[in-house]
Amino acid sequence: MTALTLKNVNKSFGKVQVLHDINLEVEDGEFVVFIGPSGCGKSTLLRVISGLEDATSGEITIGGDVVNSVPPAKRGIAMVFQSYALYPHLTVKANMALGLKQERRPKDEIEARVAEAARMLSLGDYLDRRPSELSGGQRQRVAIGRAVVRQPKLFLFDEPLSNLDAALRMNTRIEIARLHRTLDASMVYVTHDQTEAMTLADKIVVLRDGRVEQVGSPMELYNNPANQFVAGFLGAPSMNFLPAELVGGSPGTKIGIRPEHMRLGADGPIKAVVSHVENLGGDTNVLAELSDGTQVTVRLFGQHQIAPDQATTIVYDEADSFLFDRDGHRIRNDAPVVASV
Amino acid sequence: MNKARRNPFNLAAAHGILIVYTIIALFPVFVILINSFKERRSIFREPLALPHSESFSTVGYETVFNQGDFFLYFQNSLIVTVASLFFVLLFGAMAAFALAEYKFKGNTLMGLYLALGIMIPIRIGTVAILEMMVATGLVNTLWALILVYTAQGLPLAVFILSEFMRQVSDDLKNAGRIDGLSEYTIFFRLVLPLVRPAMATVAVFNMIPIWNDLWFPLILAPAEETKTLTLGSQVFIGQFVTDWNAVLSALSMAILPVMVLYVIFSRQLIRGITSGAVK
Repeated sequence: MTALTLKNVNKSFGKVQVLHDINLEVEDGEFVVFIGPSGCGKSTLLRVISGLEDATSGEITIGGDVVNSVPPAKRGIAMVFQSYALYPHLTVKANMALGLKQERRPKDEIEARVAEAARMLSLGDYLDRRPSELSGGQRQRVAIGRAVVRQPKLFLFDEPLSNLDAALRMNTRIEIARLHRTLDASMVYVTHDQTEAMTLADKIVVLRDGRVEQVGSPMELYNNPANQFVAGFLGAPSMNFLPAELVGGSPGTKIGIRPEHMRLGADGPIKAVVSHVENLGGDTNVLAELSDGTQVTVRLFGQHQIAPDQATTIVYDEADSFLFDRDGHRIRNDAPVVASV
Repeated sequence: MNKARRNPFNLAAAHGILIVYTIIALFPVFVILINSFKERRSIFREPLALPHSESFSTVGYETVFNQGDFFLYFQNSLIVTVASLFFVLLFGAMAAFALAEYKFKGNTLMGLYLALGIMIPIRIGTVAILEMMVATGLVNTLWALILVYTAQGLPLAVFILSEFMRQVSDDLKNAGRIDGLSEYTIFFRLVLPLVRPAMATVAVFNMIPIWNDLWFPLILAPAEETKTLTLGSQVFIGQFVTDWNAVLSALSMAILPVMVLYVIFSRQLIRGITSGAVK
């Protein structure tokens, strides 16, 4: 069964259309991540799914039922917000129990479900505290717990890690991944952080300007991007795009090579001058300027002593390069670059 | 703290200005209080002197308690003030929530319309209000005053509260909606506690003019059983003879309840128990 189906969903605020004809299926137990730059409509799409915003047109189906005119509380969803959004006047326990109380569940069932969620998220010691007495990470765990106790058909996460610091973000990310495995629940997760998308998702949906650019598994998108936008958005540091003319391609087209697929060599096809070197310990990022002024990043593994302003050439494997046309569409061609290389 | 702020001269100047202002503000209250405990002749002979064994007298308070139904006036004032504040805060907050939370056609216009009352003094409509109260039979009831004061307080309340309600996190309200809370529960349980400081501000702003008002009690409810404290105190001020002892005593006692209410509300102003709800 599919957990969520979106059919031709459109959303406009006044005259501004923010979502264009979104079609999507989320299978049972699937972890789907919406990713895109800010303002791309990913949060709006999540709010349309949750029922906090009405779709202007199109059909939303959750767990087999069309829910277009069903209020958020009855859609069988639970949502985790970026700002935690805990009820300040209630204890952790009451925060988690409130949704079930509203559904008029029997008391012992509520108790059992809250206890189970608290165990899963190791919140047992904090049940009687109020949100103001918790740290950021604990608050977000409570917010996740509040979603878990409702046993929803679909979990919605709206940038849940954006307010946490780096170390906590990684821990909570792992916790969410673990939760997904244990509960085997369907989850939709919105983020602008591509690390979260790559590490958590079964399926990534890349959005731009309210349109779906590409849908696929993380590795599919990484290895086989449909266009320049997707290629540049996923991967850090992001893919280098250089005019294909530099290596003998046709004018106007661009070739994309990921930083980790480039090496500095003695007689490579691309001449460059090193402009800056970032030593990260495990990796070394070399920023270099090509003859036409294009900046590229070369990611070398291990530690390298490279002086800035040094002239060098860049070597890459043709199989690792992508070719894009003027409009950024991928040109799928097994021999993208002319043989002179 | 930076050096400029720790500069002893600046510090002294700031404190000096505040102390002078406090003295100026409290001086009339102080004069009223000391003179209420003096006999009539000493009030005029040395109005700034503290009461001493010769000039001390509680005759003013005795007059107030014996003459007129002071406790009834007191009670009327309290009922009118508290009830008006309650309705101003309730309806003001509800209107503000609707304006801040829901997008509907004419939202901005409605907001402007509701705020218009700030610029138009309600006393301009006194005659019409009196006619209306006569027609509805509300003259000489406390309800007449409560309704008028509620109308008088609403514009500012809506204006201030809607600004604060806009700052309440959308996520919190949405979390409530997803948990199945009704809009009323979201309003009363989630939003109101978070705008409590603003509510206290509005309450303080409204309380004092209502308590001190002479105009509407005189016109709408001058009957003996509905007199407010301010109106009741007027019996001691005659065209030819004024019983200053009684007037000053009545005023001294009138200060107390407002002070109590003020302390209650200002505690709310400071209290920050709701921090930590979001972020």
